[in-house]
Amino acid sequence: MEQQIIPEIGSLGLLRFVWRQLTSMRTALVLLMLLGIGAIPGSLIPQRSQNPMEVSKYFTDSPTLATWMDRFSLFDVYASPWFSAIYILLFISLIGCVLPRTFELYKASRALPPETPKNLSRLEFYQAWEGNGSELELASTWFQKNHFRIRISDGSLSAEKGFLRETGNLFFHLALILILIGVSLGSLYGMKGDAIVNKGERFINTPTSFDSITYGKLFNESSLSPFSITVEDFIAKYDPVTNAPKDYVLTVSVISKPGATPELKTVRVNSPLTFGSTRVYLQANGYSPVVTVRDSTGAVALQGPIPFLPQDGNLRSIGAIKAPDAIPQVGFVGSFLPTYERSKGNGAISVFPEPLDPRLLLSVWLGDLGLDSGRPQSVYRIDTSVMRQIGLKALKPGQTFTYTGGSITFEGFLPWVNLQVVRDPGKSYALAGGIVAILGLLASLFARRRRIWIRINGSQIEVAGLAKNGAPGLHDEIAEFVTAIKGEK
Amino acid sequence: MSQTWAYLSNYLVYSAMGVYTLSFFAHAYETAWAVRTPESSDSTEGNLLTKTLDYKRTEKVARIATAFMILGFILLFAGVIARGVSAGRVPWGNMYEFSITGALAFSGAYLGALRKYDLRWLGLFVSISVLLTLGTAVAVLYRPSAPLVPALKSTWLVIHVSAAIISGGVFLLANVVAASYLYLENMESKGGRKEWAKRLPALEVLDQLSYRLVAFVFPLWTFAVIAGAIWAESAWGRYWGWDPKETWAFITWVAYAAYLHARVTVGWRGKKAAWLCIFAGSTFLFNYIYINVWGTGKHTYSGL
Repeated sequence: MEQQIIPEIGSLGLLRFVWRQLTSMRTALVLLMLLGIGAIPGSLIPQRSQNPMEVSKYFTDSPTLATWMDRFSLFDVYASPWFSAIYILLFISLIGCVLPRTFELYKASRALPPETPKNLSRLEFYQAWEGNGSELELASTWFQKNHFRIRISDGSLSAEKGFLRETGNLFFHLALILILIGVSLGSLYGMKGDAIVNKGERFINTPTSFDSITYGKLFNESSLSPFSITVEDFIAKYDPVTNAPKDYVLTVSVISKPGATPELKTVRVNSPLTFGSTRVYLQANGYSPVVTVRDSTGAVALQGPIPFLPQDGNLRSIGAIKAPDAIPQVGFVGSFLPTYERSKGNGAISVFPEPLDPRLLLSVWLGDLGLDSGRPQSVYRIDTSVMRQIGLKALKPGQTFTYTGGSITFEGFLPWVNLQVVRDPGKSYALAGGIVAILGLLASLFARRRRIWIRINGSQIEVAGLAKNGAPGLHDEIAEFVTAIKGEK
Repeated sequence: MSQTWAYLSNYLVYSAMGVYTLSFFAHAYETAWAVRTPESSDSTEGNLLTKTLDYKRTEKVARIATAFMILGFILLFAGVIARGVSAGRVPWGNMYEFSITGALAFSGAYLGALRKYDLRWLGLFVSISVLLTLGTAVAVLYRPSAPLVPALKSTWLVIHVSAAIISGGVFLLANVVAASYLYLENMESKGGRKEWAKRLPALEVLDQLSYRLVAFVFPLWTFAVIAGAIWAESAWGRYWGWDPKETWAFITWVAYAAYLHARVTVGWRGKKAAWLCIFAGSTFLFNYIYINVWGTGKHTYSGL
């Protein structure tokens, strides 16, 4: 009895099988489609990185659903394991496809064009005529002038041109890898921080100066550029008809490193400050009411500008004024209205973003602010659960509200700007990748690979050509070639 | 002064709509009146019910239709320019302006392709869709001419948006061609082309044409996305942030990349390729309509 031998695949064979499957064009196509489809949910479901408030609304409205959605990373689609898996597999597939083709192209570019086929008359654009003997020489000159690569054989020339197509195609795909490298470098070594700075204040670029800061896994705090920025002036102009912003101009004095002389600079929405790979953007603006709070002893418990957060296009802003040093502790839940108006349905509103008739609306709360408990809390909100409301008041600039236990004076207001500091060491790679990708794409879509042959058979001249991928235009080129070697003007 | 220009722009857009309507009717006439009913003398031969088409009868009307289309394009072009002058900037600040410029790009893509290919049969469709777009723009999307918000004040507005609008016009034209392919393919498989459809190009021609259009404009779309990224880097502090509009631009890019690979490398032709082309084109339309009107994110400039 003969035993049939089943060849074992073995682990190496299995690996080879998987590699071949992964780098096949069909797999690449499926992965490409998956990448597109996988990107869809992130555009329809709110994402933590863009809209954390909307995400937390999901969790309060339908916690079970939100928890399940979170298990599939639907609130962080673009950083999710499954989305990463798709693009990593796609890039592996891409590398597996591009590398062998690069070697092939390299070999082909060093080899001579293929031999002139025996039977030219079977090929496209075949022509034959009686020659005078000088054709080969003229043909050789013409080929060289037009940058064809030539193989010279006995009585015939074989010329080829258009490797640019494949080269461009390869560069396009390699550029995509470069973009991916740029993106990864940016997310590993980059940082992004936001800081609210009042007019007249100075911002120093250290981690503690930021209201919020996120950075990559390999980011090193010492790589923060040691610059400082003083907000000298901020002017916002709005359209009187539509209330839409027309222009934001921020004037700052910049000290690029300790000891350097300050320089005056202008920042606009589309023109950030640049310090190497770090840029500083003007991302938002609002108002900080300036207040003085006195406690029951008459001592000043708090004085200065308090940033309020804008809630709508007319900069109705809300915020919290906390005076933990006052005796007793006092807090104010406030809203600032640059142009005050009382509407029937909505109470006090702002009708224009510039301060034409500013008002500070306050509700006064006495009791424990909870700041000593160590629990983190927002600077824009007050937990009033253990406090007692003792008054409500709307103040114009310069007015004072006196309540049992102290007083608050609305001295005026200052504009604030949100400076966003972004360090992205990978972006120049991504940009280079983008430029190479476009150039490669253009070359791969518009360059044509083609061959032209010429043979002398006795006194008969034969010419033929071949266009790869059915590219158009060879007909005209051969006509031009024939005209040139016939010596006709 | 700027008011005068804004009114002028409105009049030009209205006039363009009038002329496109004339073009539409001329195209419709061409298609319908080319039908020659059998003459009574033929009835003895038994082909009583066969109607034939004779485009010689309507050739003049067809030429007029194209002439109207060109005139409409010129008026609309002037209207878009006047809108830009009235606001002192490029006319791409809100959805009304995107729409009139998009309609301009679409009819421009058609007229451009018409120089090289015999596409006059598409004129009926092109004129009606331009009319519908302009009608929606004027009736629903219209906003008074106003200056740009600060984030849009950049040279990149000109570069990024014009590249995106031109790409969009050509993508849609490719979609229309692919859809005609599917329609005619279906008709042929059910027993041959009807009389009126016999003049339309062969299936292979349509198949090739939609591919050519996509291959031609795909680099421009790539450029539009990259130009957008460069602009976003200077305006928003990051070059890519998966904003809904960015995401859908990316999806469109990936879909067309898949289409090109499917055609060039895997060798898809015909029905499958046409469906993929239409899918890719609809991601662009979805981005334009849904994300602009109902979407969130940073690209909310529709003014709605």
